[in-house]
Parts: sequence; structure tokens; C-alpha cells
Amino acid sequence: MRTLTVKGVGLAVLAPAIAVVLSILVTTLVIAAVGSSPGEFWSTMFEVPKPRLRVDIVNQTAMIYIAAVAAAIGFRMGLFNIGLEGQYTIASFAAASFAGAAYLGGFANVIASLAVAMAVGAAWSGIAGILKTTRGVSEVISTIMLNAIAVTLVGYFLNNYGVKEGNSVHTKNLEPGTTLGGFAPFEDRDGEIWALTIVAVLVGVGFWVLLNKTRFGFDLRASGQSETAALASGINPKRMILVSMMLSGAVAGLIWMPALFGGARNYGTSFQVGLGFLGIAVALLGRNRPVGMLFGALLFAFLSVKSNDLTFGTDVSPSIVQITQGVAVLAVVVTYEVVRRWRTRLEQRAVSRELAGAAL
Amino acid sequence: MSTVVERLTKSWLYIGLIGIGVVSFVRIVTDTNDLTGAGTIRAAIIATCPILAAALGGLWAERAGVVNIGLEGQMILGTWGAAFFTYHYGPWIGILGAALLGLIGGLLHAIATVTFGVDHIVSGVAINLIGAGAATYLAEAIFPDYEGGGPRQLNGLEAPTQITIPGVSDLANDVADKHWFFVSDIASVIQALTTNISTLSLVIFGLVVLSAIVLWRTSFGLRLRSCGENPQSAETLGVNVYLYKYVAVLISGALAGIGGGFLALVSSSGFSNGQTGGRGYIGLAAMIFGNWRPGGLLAGALTFGYTDSLRLRDTQSVHSLLLLVAIGLLAYAAFRAYRRQVQGAVVVATAGLLVLVWFLSTDSVPREFTVMTPYVTTMFVLALGSQRLRMPAADGKPYRKGSAG
Repeated sequence: MRTLTVKGVGLAVLAPAIAVVLSILVTTLVIAAVGSSPGEFWSTMFEVPKPRLRVDIVNQTAMIYIAAVAAAIGFRMGLFNIGLEGQYTIASFAAASFAGAAYLGGFANVIASLAVAMAVGAAWSGIAGILKTTRGVSEVISTIMLNAIAVTLVGYFLNNYGVKEGNSVHTKNLEPGTTLGGFAPFEDRDGEIWALTIVAVLVGVGFWVLLNKTRFGFDLRASGQSETAALASGINPKRMILVSMMLSGAVAGLIWMPALFGGARNYGTSFQVGLGFLGIAVALLGRNRPVGMLFGALLFAFLSVKSNDLTFGTDVSPSIVQITQGVAVLAVVVTYEVVRRWRTRLEQRAVSRELAGAAL
Repeated sequence: MSTVVERLTKSWLYIGLIGIGVVSFVRIVTDTNDLTGAGTIRAAIIATCPILAAALGGLWAERAGVVNIGLEGQMILGTWGAAFFTYHYGPWIGILGAALLGLIGGLLHAIATVTFGVDHIVSGVAINLIGAGAATYLAEAIFPDYEGGGPRQLNGLEAPTQITIPGVSDLANDVADKHWFFVSDIASVIQALTTNISTLSLVIFGLVVLSAIVLWRTSFGLRLRSCGENPQSAETLGVNVYLYKYVAVLISGALAGIGGGFLALVSSSGFSNGQTGGRGYIGLAAMIFGNWRPGGLLAGALTFGYTDSLRLRDTQSVHSLLLLVAIGLLAYAAFRAYRRQVQGAVVVATAGLLVLVWFLSTDSVPREFTVMTPYVTTMFVLALGSQRLRMPAADGKPYRKGSAG
């Protein structure tokens, strides 16, 4: 383990700090360029959110965090699971259908539905895993294709077997006994923090334990850092690829579950797309570390939710935060790279100084 | 014999002719003249062009060793650029505007991947986020004030000129209406190419030829490709690798932008939010399908464009396509068997028989299945042919100046 030094921590915090400053700068410039007022924008964004929005932020943070962990499992193994989007779409649809059919009652239905979501997510990402291990197909391309296939496939099932209501189609509503609701920290009209946001906590802790306290986690990190070294120490790389890909898909299957059992009650227009890509972005932002990703998820959820206020007070449209988020990700990966090079140079210089000292 | 087979498979022209022959056969057997009607071919050309432009963009970047998954984002930027500049200055400046916006996306990608050595996929994903966000925001901020505009669209834009070659067009029309085997199908293609074809389509097809010449017939192209194969060696020979990579990625972004411009100006009469619908990714798939070569990616883009256009037409013609797919798979299985690749032959033949059964036992195909076709095809091609595909050797690998040692 690397020991914590002041300089080490400083360098680790430096990159995200620079990235945040850069994204604030770019956002300000873009707003000014189209003739709106950046001052108004930032003062609206940094007002303390109203209770209803605070509840939303917690719920969104949970879902984005689950997505980030799913992405991170792949990243730590050196795999790019760009297919989270498709995995959680098809898994959410399957789980919502299963839960709506009400084969089981009460809490058992919830648990079984979560299992269905994980199994379907794992199976969908497993296709990419099998293609990679048996045919050498890059998981990046196959998961992009699987995303598109998943979305159309779900559309097909929904149109043919869904419940039609006016112009929209959705899966069967959950029976009242099987929704979980949540707890309302403020007044009832401000909404509830969904019960299954607890899944995010479990997933986060589980991820940390898996990585740092288990044989599998060690194998995973080893394979991610050097496949040849991993192979030499007796790790079966193909098995690792398949298992971690499926694990990533299984976690991805859980992404939308808090919303399903909290507010949505069916898979339909209420389904929230784009969480998969946000998860990838947050995993990059938080360097695939459990705590780092928590801050990243909180930041992204804050930006997305708080931007709703913009429609009232300002003439800036809420979609501006998408630019902020995108720039933050690009800036953070660039600055990590710069800091890494800088750190290497510092180490090289330190070593050469010590060697020079020893030679005397 | 095997040399004959190889010579045949090497020539896209023959494959094209055989393909048209088989399509014609299927058209007559299933009695669906719409399969190669001039209207269908026209729609197919319009659907092909944006995919083709994106695929070409992918080719330029990857030949220089940079994976550009940001094509989608650059394309989205292109749709916005085309709308903005066409509104103010007319369609041709509009297309340049689309290229410029795409180029800006390419510049971001080049800075991140070439100068800073960031993982190419990571940077591409970020650029897709930025591109989608920027186009949405800029549209909401600017277009509502324009005539025909709203927060999510800008309609009534002037399209680039369309060309008709009078004599040829009429003659081809007459022949196509006869519904003869093979001849009428060719006539339909000629009719579609000579009647009201957008000049921008011709420009994009021209860019494929131009790219092929520049990349494979000039010393500039040779140096650019050497950066994708072995940048260290290129460096030792005095090639400025960073410069070539930058040029390639900028051109890549501009081409994707033009593809976006085509969507806004030719495919529809204006900008609408989210109109790329993942075509940047399909372009990337078409390029891989085409084995990182211009002729191949043209074939890929045409295949995807054709299926893409069919979903807009009646489901009966899509259904007759099943027979086409079945014949294609069985022929490929026979080819595999001839090559003594028993396992592959069995797998492909089984798939072919299943499709044949599907064709015989149903009389329409759900629309969603047509939408899926390009994606499923790509997966199949990758799964079956990944050993035969060869991407540039240093594609996607980070490179730093001075690492040649």
C-alpha cells in the first residue's frame, strides 16, 4: 500500500479541482457567448436547494452511484463496459414485467424482481463477454451494438405486450403491496427518499470489500493492471473477463430499481434513460474508487436536479449542465494524465538525486 | 479454382453485380417490386450518406491510430452547425458550418488523445456527452428567436441543389417499369442516381473516392497510415506523428460533421434535437464491417442504409428480405464448407435455415426487427469474421513523442 503523504493527497485532489475550475470556466464562457448572464446562472445554481430538490438529489445520486460502480467493475479489470445503458434498460423492463405479474406477494416479490434484474443484466453483458473471450470481439463495439438492440427489443415487447393507456404504453402496474415507498425527511409534498436507495450503499460497500478484501478482487485488479503478470500468477484471463463483465452487467441491472419500487411503479414513460452514460462519466471522475465516485455522483445529481430551477429565474436552459458535466469528465481525464506524468517526473528526479548522492 | 474464388471475393464490383442479381431473383420470386423500386433506392441513398460520412470519418482517424468513438458527438454538433449556418448564409456555407462544428469536436478529441495521451474511448465518450449537451443547449438558447425555429428544432431550411439528368432519367424510368430480371434493377439504381439526387450525396460519394486516393495513393496518405501502423518507426523516419494524427482526427471530425449536416439538410428539412439517433455508432460499425478500407465501408454503409430505409417502407418488402438473408447465409455456409471450415459452415447453415423457416412461416416482420438489423449484422460479422478483419496495428494505442528510443 502507498503511504499517505501530504504531497500524494495534494496531487490526487489537484486533478479534480482543476477539472471543476475548467468546467466552471467553459460553462461561464458558453453562457456569456449566447448573451445570457453567467452571474444569474451561478447564483441560481448555488442557492441552497428546496426540500423537494434535496430529496431528488439523494434519489438521483443513488442511481448514478450504482451505475458508476457497475462501470468501475469493468474499468478496474481493464474492460470498457459502454453497454450499461442497454443492460439496465432491458433489465429494468424484465424486472418491471416480473414484478407487475405479481407471482409473489409483498417483500418476496421485491427481492425476486431484483434477482431478475441482476440476472438479465448479467446475461445481456455476458453476450459481450462471451464474444470477447471466444471470438476476440472488442467489448466496446459489441456493447454499443447491444445497447441499440436492447432499446429496440424492449420497444418491441412493450408495444406488443404492454398495457396501453392513452398514447403511452407501460408494463403492468405494481400491486400496492409490493411498492416500497420510502421515507419523507421533510413534508409529504416534498416527496420521499426511495427505500431502495439503500441498494447504492450496499453496492458501494460490496464493491470496496470485493476489491480490497477478496481473492477475486485481487485477481481483478491484477488483471486490470497487467494481464501478462496476472496470467503468470495463475489467473485465468478469459474467466476473469467473462465474470467481471457479467458482474458489471448484474450491478447495471439494479440502476433503475430504486425508482421502480419507489415512485415509478411500472416501466413506461417514467423510465429514465441516460443513467448508464452518467455512470461511466462518474466512474471516470471518481477514478473508480468507492468514495471518489460518491462525490462524483453527488455532483452530477446536484447539477442535473438543481438545473430545474433555471427555468424559473433565468433565461439559461437547464441543458447547459450537460455541457458542464461533459467538460468536467474530459477535463478530469486530461488532468489526471498530466498529473500522472508530472508525478512520474518528480519520482524520476528524486531517484536520480538519491543515486547521485550514493555515487559520492 | 481457389484463385478464381479469391479473385471474385476480392472484387467489390463482382460482389455488387452478384448481389443485385440475387436481390432481383428474390424480388421476382416474392413479387415485391418495391424491393428495388427507384423510390426504395432513393431512400436508401439518403439513408446511406450520413452513415457513409461518419464511417469515412472513422476511417481517417483510425488509419492514423486514433479510435474516434466521438463520431456521434461530432455528428450531433454537425446537425446544429448546418442549421445555424444555413439559416444565415444558405446551404453550402451551412455544410461548411457543419464541417467546422464537427472539426471542433475532432480538435477536442485530438487534444485529449494525441497531446495528453488520454484513453481514446474515454475521450470519445466525453465528447459524445459534450456534443449532445452543446447542441441541445445552443438550440434552446438560439433557435426559438428564428423563423421556423423552436427550442428543439429549426425547420424550413434551404436544401442543397438537386440534380436530374433529363434523358438518362426518363430512359431508366421506362426500363425500370418493365420489371425485367436484373436489367430493371440496374435501371432503378440509375434512375435513382440521375433523378433529383442531392448534390451533397454526390459530394459524399466523391469524398469516399477522394479519401481512397489520398490515403492509399499519395505519400501524405502513406505517412498518415504509418502513424496508425507503427508510429515509432514513422518517427524514426522523420514523420511528425503528432501533426499527422491531428490532421487525421480533425478531418475525421469534419466528415462526421458533414454527415450530421446531411441529416439536417437533406434527410429532413431542418434541425431537430436527437436526430442523429446513433448513426455515428453505425458509421463506426460500417467501417469495421468494411475492414478499415474505403470500398468495404462503402459496402457496409450501403447495406445499413438499405435496411435503414426499408423500415420506412411497407413490411412486406422487409419480409422478402428474409429470403435474401437466408440465401446469403446458405451461400456463405457453402463457401465455408468449401474451405473445409466445418464448424463455421454448420453454424451459418443453421442460421440460414432458421431464417428460411421464419420466411416461410410468417408474412410480415415487426418493424423493430428491421431497426435492429444493422446492429445484429455487425455483431455477426464481428463474431464470424473477426479473425479476417485487420485493423491498423497501433490503433487505439497511446503514443508519446520520443518513445522510439
